[in-house]
Amino acid sequence: MKRAPLNSLKINKGIIMKEKITIDVKKVAALARLEFSDDELKVFSSQFQAILEYISQIDELELDTVEPMASPLPGHQRLRKDERDERGLSNQTAVDNAPKSRDGFFVVPKVIE
Amino acid sequence: MKVYELTIQELAELYRTGKTTASEAVDQLLKRIDALNPALNAFITVDKQYAFVQAEQADKLMKKGNAPPLCGIPIAVKDIFATKGMRTTCASKMLEHFMPPYDATVIKKLKSAGAIIIGKTNMDEFAMGSSTETSYFGPAHNPWSLDTVPGGSSGGSASAVAGDIAYGALGTDTGGSIRQPAALCGIAGLKPTYGRVSRYGMIAFASSLDQGGTLTKTVYDSALLLETISGFDPLDSTSADVPVEPFTGILSSGIDAVRIGVPREYFIEGMDADVQKAVNNAIDTMKKLGAKIVNISLPHTQYAVAVYYILASSEASSNLARYDGVKYGYRSESGSNLIDMYKSTRAQGFGKEVKRRIMLGTFALSAGYYSAFYGKSQKVRRLITEDFNNAFKQCDVILAPTSPTPAFKLGSKLDDPLKMYLSDIFTIPLNLAGLPGISIPCGFTTDNLPIGMQLIGKQFDEKTILSTAYGYEQATSWHTHKPEEFKS
Repeated sequence: MKRAPLNSLKINKGIIMKEKITIDVKKVAALARLEFSDDELKVFSSQFQAILEYISQIDELELDTVEPMASPLPGHQRLRKDERDERGLSNQTAVDNAPKSRDGFFVVPKVIE
Repeated sequence: MKVYELTIQELAELYRTGKTTASEAVDQLLKRIDALNPALNAFITVDKQYAFVQAEQADKLMKKGNAPPLCGIPIAVKDIFATKGMRTTCASKMLEHFMPPYDATVIKKLKSAGAIIIGKTNMDEFAMGSSTETSYFGPAHNPWSLDTVPGGSSGGSASAVAGDIAYGALGTDTGGSIRQPAALCGIAGLKPTYGRVSRYGMIAFASSLDQGGTLTKTVYDSALLLETISGFDPLDSTSADVPVEPFTGILSSGIDAVRIGVPREYFIEGMDADVQKAVNNAIDTMKKLGAKIVNISLPHTQYAVAVYYILASSEASSNLARYDGVKYGYRSESGSNLIDMYKSTRAQGFGKEVKRRIMLGTFALSAGYYSAFYGKSQKVRRLITEDFNNAFKQCDVILAPTSPTPAFKLGSKLDDPLKMYLSDIFTIPLNLAGLPGISIPCGFTTDNLPIGMQLIGKQFDEKTILSTAYGYEQATSWHTHKPEEFKS
């Protein structure tokens, strides 16, 4: 197996290059609830592209028979008992850090037109 | 007496023998923070009043006898851990004024061991970075050369410990964020096994990779703090139910007969020549100390950075969805409906790097791309983990450089995210596999910048990496060097 020289971009037969996917950065931004100025978008798009091209090097691996791994400690995750927990925050404490609150409620812009 | 130069172990000894008091030590430390923090920018928040009150109480407790092990020891904490009543910002505008209503589990443990939380240290925003330059509060600096970075993301903690404005510190390590800054600042940085230290109250970046740990002046102090902060926590669903070992008690078990694996993939083209030389010298020293050196291979190393950025960014995009301007944190005044308020809040509240990673993660998880990016990355994660499993059939510990380069100049990698990401190439694989690792000083460059090496262990085998690191440290003097301009 070849080693990747440090600081080099490995642009290969990866999915992005192969299928010529153009990333709709504006759409991704909308999904992420973010917004960018046109200038930001331009710089960002090219960096984004370079990162994804680098990442596409994993396409050279044969992965069909490999099981995905979600956590380094399989079997350790567990659920707590479905019982009331006395440690919860009081109503006042829960809204103390809110940018806007009233009468113990979070205040948000109007949701229903 | 320059009390601030002492290790935690030494300060505790001075307390025990009555040669100084917590009030004196805290007073001296706060004066030094006042004098040096403007140049280092290692702390975001320092709570003097709290520190003095705690010091007085510690002194009373010590007079009575039976004081807890860290009684009166000032500890700095990365500003990612929730501290009740002490501002916790994650170095983001988003949380600039956030006042946690509870303590993280590790903070509770430190406090019940008697430690004084002296302040909150600077970091890359939401721990996303390798240089502490993405902090909303400005970059932290490396005490060895103020125009270089201290590494990151726990760069404030490393800078503070190396500059003797903290006796020891907590950090977090998602892709190297404890070990790399420790290497660049010439101190010890321990990333425990995933699950060893509770993540409750540790602001989430990438939940399957994040792990809290320690930055200290010596290996003994690493072991001491690890004893204090580790342990099963029902409040963290990924906390491992394994016993806390007396890590300080097993340090002197020695290096003799330890099999040390040296992975050929970690000695790569583009690595700094001084780093290579120092690590090779360290291997020779280990041999002289009785270790058996074994050549090993971790064949999938070259994919680790790519896989890490998919997995970490994906988890981050999900974790950081909570910052919506409603429950806590920053809210933009613009936006007449809820969605527009979310968007402008997040656009204004997050910095560039955080947004870049949220975008990358959102893309990787989006319909049509999930299996090509996230799914595949999870598979490669397994291959990288299996590499380690295979290697550990031949060795007990793996020795490798911590970072391919020493501290780099501020600003030199900031505009090239990929170049920055690659500085974590040697630290990331451990996080993917959930392994413990410690970085300790092993030399200096010709420019007098510190060099670190890391010792990597099997899951939950911190004792072997700690005792190996301790043996090396006892036989060398790198850890005793102090940055010239910060000597008094």
